[in-house]
Amino acid sequence: MTKRLTTLLCLCLLLAAPIASADPADLTTAFSLLGERSFTKKAEAIPLIANSGHPRARQLLSALLEGQLKQRKTDGRLVWVEQQGDTEVLLDPLTGAPLAEAEGGQFTRLTINNQMRVQLRNAIADMSLADADPAVRLAAVREMTGELDDERAAALERQLADESSSAVKAAIETALALRQLQSADDATRLAAIQQLGSSLEPQAQLRLTTLVESEESSPAVKRAAQESLRGIEQRKQLAALAETLFFGLSLGSVLVLAAIGLAITFGVMGVINMAHGELMMLGAYTTYVVQQLLPNQIGLSLALSIPAAFVVAGLVGVAIERGVIRFLYGRPLETLLATFGISLVLQQLVRTIFSPLNRTVATPEFMSGTLEINAALSLTLNRLYIFAFCLLVFAALVLVLKRTRLGLQVRAVSQNRAMARAMGVRSEWVDALTFGLGSGIAGVAGVALSQLTNVGPNLGQAYIIDSFMVVVFGGVGNLWGTLIAGLSLGVANKVLEPWAGAVLAKILVLVFIILFIQKRPRGLFPQKGRAVEA
Amino acid sequence: MILELLKNDRGGRNLLSVLAIVAILVPVCNLLIPADNPLHISTYSVTLMGKYLTYALLAVAVDLVWGYLGILSLGHGAFFALGGYAMGMYLMRQIGDRGVYGNPELPDFMVFLNWQELPWFWQGFDQFWFAALMVLLIPGVVAFGFGWFAFRSRVTGVYLSIITQALTYAFMLAFYRNEMGFGGNNGLTDFKDLLGFSLQSDTMRVALFVASALALAVGYLACRAITTSRLGRVAVAIRDAEARARFIGYRVEEVKLWIFAFSALLAGVAGALYVPQVGIINPNEFSPLASIEMVIWVAVGGRATLYGAVVGAVLVNYAKTVFTGVMPEAWLFALGGLFVLVTLFLPQGIVGLLKRKEASA
Repeated sequence: MTKRLTTLLCLCLLLAAPIASADPADLTTAFSLLGERSFTKKAEAIPLIANSGHPRARQLLSALLEGQLKQRKTDGRLVWVEQQGDTEVLLDPLTGAPLAEAEGGQFTRLTINNQMRVQLRNAIADMSLADADPAVRLAAVREMTGELDDERAAALERQLADESSSAVKAAIETALALRQLQSADDATRLAAIQQLGSSLEPQAQLRLTTLVESEESSPAVKRAAQESLRGIEQRKQLAALAETLFFGLSLGSVLVLAAIGLAITFGVMGVINMAHGELMMLGAYTTYVVQQLLPNQIGLSLALSIPAAFVVAGLVGVAIERGVIRFLYGRPLETLLATFGISLVLQQLVRTIFSPLNRTVATPEFMSGTLEINAALSLTLNRLYIFAFCLLVFAALVLVLKRTRLGLQVRAVSQNRAMARAMGVRSEWVDALTFGLGSGIAGVAGVALSQLTNVGPNLGQAYIIDSFMVVVFGGVGNLWGTLIAGLSLGVANKVLEPWAGAVLAKILVLVFIILFIQKRPRGLFPQKGRAVEA
Repeated sequence: MILELLKNDRGGRNLLSVLAIVAILVPVCNLLIPADNPLHISTYSVTLMGKYLTYALLAVAVDLVWGYLGILSLGHGAFFALGGYAMGMYLMRQIGDRGVYGNPELPDFMVFLNWQELPWFWQGFDQFWFAALMVLLIPGVVAFGFGWFAFRSRVTGVYLSIITQALTYAFMLAFYRNEMGFGGNNGLTDFKDLLGFSLQSDTMRVALFVASALALAVGYLACRAITTSRLGRVAVAIRDAEARARFIGYRVEEVKLWIFAFSALLAGVAGALYVPQVGIINPNEFSPLASIEMVIWVAVGGRATLYGAVVGAVLVNYAKTVFTGVMPEAWLFALGGLFVLVTLFLPQGIVGLLKRKEASA
């Protein structure tokens, strides 16, 4: 808070405007000044508004700049006319509240001249620079970059001393260095060039390139600029690498989400469930339905979808286990066929109920947008959330299997059914619950998928082969293997993509896994001990 | 020799007799009986039946490896489609300059993609003998290569099923790419001639039908010959106890490899006969769903009987034609239900059901 005040104070000083307090009287004066015909009078209003401390001062100035502020012909009252689609909406300039239609009438636009435009832009930039939101400050610095005059350079230098966000700091440094490039003194220019070498702003690279190509620059400057350009290039490559890695991990986390449910049903129980993808699809459709029920609370509906999808998919899973799979234990090929049949039925069921068309599930606000690390690297938030979610689900699953009574029984039954029964474990009940657990996790994975792709009846099919590959690659019956296999396959896919194309990359990965299974039929982390062959 | 093969095979005898009768009756009913006679069979039906027969041959190929060798292949669609593509390439070259763009050398889709010359792997497909050889060779060699890797490293059971599925999935992704030079997702179509005769003529349709019937008969007898031979008995031993067969001293890998490759070759022939009859081949034939449907034909008919596979393929596909015509939404329900019901209640398929009835009577 104190920081904000000091920056505001700095601002007042640097504008060299009449010092004013946050007094509504000032705004009233400013409004009446704006109504004057003379441009000099109008211009006097700008510092008044800028220094008024009114929360909407910045918006007011931009409205003036863009000609959205209008004056009623009859009584000279100022209104804010906002274009919303095809209709014009009248707003009160001070509160931003819509005005009644009755107050309409004939309006003239407040005209401004070029001098005022410059003044307005500067005032808006300065106010943005003092904004509490780093994103606004960053945009303001970028806006100024390349066209700094002495005053604003001084302002930036002051801001630099107080700046807390490293991204804004870097942008300010770039802007200042770009200005120093114009200096006559070679030493200053060289220092600026070196400074620019650590910047990733596109403008820096552009200017350095022109420097290298320009006839006028001295050899020392040219050399330094080349050096800096190389540095930028390297850092850009590093950023690209980090981006690839991020996309790979993101794809990998989706694969892991899709595969850990399977790691339970296939890995721990040994049941081939070809309907696994369709259980994910059910989870995604559950998200869609919950969102239809709560259309105005997207965030809440998404949070509710997670348990809902778990329950829906889990119950369907238990039904599948009780209805079909339990008659087929020990006959894996038959299980495969029967569950494949179930997957067809589920797909068709969804097609009949929801139509074969894809459905879109809205993404809540906190998940949309990007996280900007620096000028060359920004990460999409929804993928970041899904990565975290994947790790969370994985951790929860590991905890359930390792720390709970159910987990103990599941492991006991999978290792030695007869012995577990002799110890009083109800193995049939455990089977149903284990299968329900794996299926429920597939449903939860479907919730995550609904945030990345459209929800359609074929959603699951796209993932079923991939998830089997992940489980087999990681080693059947090994949750950690599944995690590592999923993430590394995701990264491998994205690393191959730039030079092989998306489809070929996928094929290459598939071929690699096929060859890998030949070499190590039990995957990366094979199970050891007597339970293996059973 | 044929008689000897069929001596203890009543199902096979029945199948071949029915096949012979159909192969004679259908051409007569289509070509000689006038269209207004109730006994006339339309060309559409002839083509449809021809399609069923190619499916039946494919099912026999699947049954050979699943029923007698214990390999549940979820990738036989790949071999079927490869044979189909080899035939499709020949048919594309036969179009010549009658395509939309009138290019005598390049198929339409290549002109559309701005290709200047025929890719190397399309060379030679203007000769029928070469295409026919490729129909046999390509699926056979792919299966041999795949099996060589898979069987030597002793990938078995479910793992093998899943990697066969991955195989056909990878093929599907690859053939969807335009850059592959096989027409992308449109595949190969607009065929005109086969061996200089128009594909649209009734005679050609009937000839293809008879060829399919003949191929099925020969394929059946070949599989029967294999299964009744020493090799076939070793195969059954491997199916029932692989480790034991290996310890006794049989070369398990070699047996599997040769039978698997032969089965793929049969599937390729089925594909090659299928393509001129339906008039199109596209990457959808590679889809894992298509491959798994083949398995259900065999399961419905009855595993390890060969003629059961034929019965299953014809019945399921007839049901598919009826269902998709009358109520398209219901087909996947029916197919899915079939998977579940057959595995739960009819592990021996329809043929097994009939056998059981006979035994109890």
